[in-house]
Parts: sequence; structure tokens; C-alpha cells
Amino acid sequence: MLNEFSNNTISLFLQKKKKKGSFFNFSLTTFSPNGKLLQIEHALKAVESGATSLGIKASNGVVIVTEKKLPTTLIDENSVKKIQKLNDGIGVIYSGLGPDYRVLISKARKKSQQYFKQYNEIIPVNIISRKVAGIMQEFTQSGGVRPFGVSLLVAGYDHNGPQLFQVDPSGSFWAWKATAIGKNSSNSKKFLEKRYKPDMEIEDAINTAILTLKEGFEGEMDEFNIEVGVITNDKKFRILEPEEVKDYISELNL
Amino acid sequence: MAGKNCVAIAGDTRFGVRNQTVALDSNRIFKINNRTLFGMTGLNTDILTLRESFKFQMNLYNLEEEREISPKTFAHNVAQTLYSKRFGPYFITPIIAGLEGEDYTPFLCATDLIGAMEFPKSFVVAGTGEESLMGVCETFYKENMEPDELFEVVSQCLLAAVDRDALSGWGSVVHVLTKDGITTKRLRTRKD
Repeated sequence: MLNEFSNNTISLFLQKKKKKGSFFNFSLTTFSPNGKLLQIEHALKAVESGATSLGIKASNGVVIVTEKKLPTTLIDENSVKKIQKLNDGIGVIYSGLGPDYRVLISKARKKSQQYFKQYNEIIPVNIISRKVAGIMQEFTQSGGVRPFGVSLLVAGYDHNGPQLFQVDPSGSFWAWKATAIGKNSSNSKKFLEKRYKPDMEIEDAINTAILTLKEGFEGEMDEFNIEVGVITNDKKFRILEPEEVKDYISELNL
Repeated sequence: MAGKNCVAIAGDTRFGVRNQTVALDSNRIFKINNRTLFGMTGLNTDILTLRESFKFQMNLYNLEEEREISPKTFAHNVAQTLYSKRFGPYFITPIIAGLEGEDYTPFLCATDLIGAMEFPKSFVVAGTGEESLMGVCETFYKENMEPDELFEVVSQCLLAAVDRDALSGWGSVVHVLTKDGITTKRLRTRKD
């Protein structure tokens, strides 16, 4: 039987020789007998052990925050930027593997620029979320690749108003009013359930978001170990400066 | 041609191959949605193909974006599609006319065969009789015309120019687009 297996592999090998490097024609993400995709389950575990990120959709904007826990004080925190913009009107944060996130951001930015080139319009939030989810799904059904180990929170403001989407390693995506992902997600979500009000304004939302992050924060929270990104009806996504974050934190401490 | 919160787009309906008239009912102006009209002149096969191509794209757009495309966005899409065939172009001159935004501001756009866009405020012309059309429109155009007046002006311009051009005529159609809808009228022209 072993010989058969190695014969099959070798013949596959020889057949696919024309394409460099793509000897793997079979997907690494395969179904288990009880209908689960274990690779995706494991990817979600990777997300769950990542740093907490959360987002809140207010009536006039969206806020996303994340904790930026660096392993040592020797790291230059200015060089680490977790919240990224996809274009002027959409911002993203993640929980999980940083390098996977960088690759996704790169692909998502390209897609959003392609859309702009075609239509001369900023891509709507639900459309870019769908495209990113599509990319993530490809990596669960292609040869020789593994799923991405990140969940993304996509925040934007378009013709449908403020929106907050989560995109998972499986490729599923859906919109939230408020949510948390990563280490303390279940506690943070319980906290948010109590605090969230649909007619919340953006300032209130920013305070609530930072407060929620503080609940599960290990150690002292200051303006250098969290990142805050906001978009309001001016449709420009802004990452807050440390000074502004400091103001919000000191308001909470009062 | 643009009026006050309305636009009109008109064209003849002759389809010919040099001197020979092949059809009298070729419609070259298409409705993209309630806010956008799209007309083309040039090589008939390209007109038909692009009509199908844009219908395809717009159907997908409507399904994915769950909204109607705005005239400006459509114009950019047209220009992009034409430029993608920069070195083997579609031989057409498209005109996009529509009403943009909440205030129904008139929007006109014309491009050349490889997607160079122009956004005139008053009127735009294309086709074999475009030189005559340009002259007549310049003379008869005035700003802020109401839909009825706009219809009259556009019809007269088209009729006058078409009579001067051997390759145009054999019937014409005028569409006037306002926020209440599109009115279409066919005019009798000289049949020669």
C-alpha cells in the first residue's frame, strides 16, 4: 500500500512538473468525519489567543480599539501600527497572527484600488468585507496553503451609514453593532451587551470601547499600549494620536 | 443636452454600410437605470456588444451593491472599459446623460473611443453629423430649459443636422429624462 501511495505521489509529481512549486494539488484543509474543517477550528483558536480588539458602531460613526501589548519595552512602539487603513474611508484591526494580517491588508488595499479605478468611487464597506472574506475562503480550499490565522474587524462609513464587519478565517463575514475578538472576547462582549445603546453617539462609543478594553487589560493601560481608530460622517478614517488617547483614558480614570 | 433638472438624448435610427441603408430602426440609445441614459455611435457590432457587456456589468453591480449606479460612476466605468482595450479599441463614441444625486443635477459625459472623458455642462454631440450638430446646438442652446422646451430644442437641432448629413436620418428618437421618468418620442425625418 505504501508503494501505491508513493507511486501515486510520484506520478502526480511528474504530471505537475510544468508548474513550478505547485506540486500540491490537494487541499490541506479537509473535512473531518463529523463535518468540521479542523484547520479552520485551529485557526479560530489562534485568533482567540491573540490580543483583544473590539469595535462599536455608533449612530454617527464607528470606533475600533486594540491592545498593543509588546513583549518588551525595548521595542519601538511607534513602529508597530496595528490599526491600518484600507483607503481613506475604511479602517481595519485584527486579532491573531500579525504577519497574516499584513498580507491580507495588502491584498485588500489592492482590491479597493481596483474598485476605485473601475468606478471612481470608494468601495463600500460590505463589498470590501465580502472580497476579503472571499480571499480568506480561497485559502481554505486551495492546494498547499493554510487558512489565515486572523479575524478582522472592518470599520467604515459609506452610503449605508456607519458599518462594522467581522471577517473570520473561514471566510464568513457579518455585521456587528458592537463586538470583541481575541483573548477576552466573551467577557468583553458581555460587557458591551449591557453598555451598548443603538442611539449612542461616537464620543460615548469611544469611551465605552476604551472602558471595555480596560476591563480585561493586564497591567496599567496608557496611551502607548492601546490604539484607537475612529470614523464619523466626514468619511475619513482617523487613527487617534497618543495625546488624544491619553485624554480619553484620563477622563475614564476620573 | 442639459436643461433644468432634466437631460435629453437624441439620435437617428439609420443603420447603414457606407451608402447602403441596411435598417431604419436601429436603436442606439439605451436606458441603464431610471437616472442614466447611454447612447453610442460608431461601429454597429461594437455598439451591440458593448450594450450587452454593460448590461452584464450593471446587473452584477445591482445585485452586489444592492443599489443603482449613479451616472458619474457609470461614465467612469465606461471609460475604464474602453481604455482596457487601448490597443485594439471598440470603435464607438459613447454619450452618457443622467441626473446625479438628490437634487437631480443634470450630468453629461462624452468619451472618445479609448475613454478620454469630457464633462460638458451644456450639450455634447457625436456621430457622422457631429460637425453640423455642433453648430446647430451652439446656436439653439440656452441655459435652464424646462423639459418641454428642451425637447423642442433637441429635436430641432437633430433634424437640422441630420438633413445636412447624407449618412444620417431615416427616422429619429428623442428621450427626455426628468425625475418623473423618461419620455420617448419618435420624429419623422427626411427619408433620404
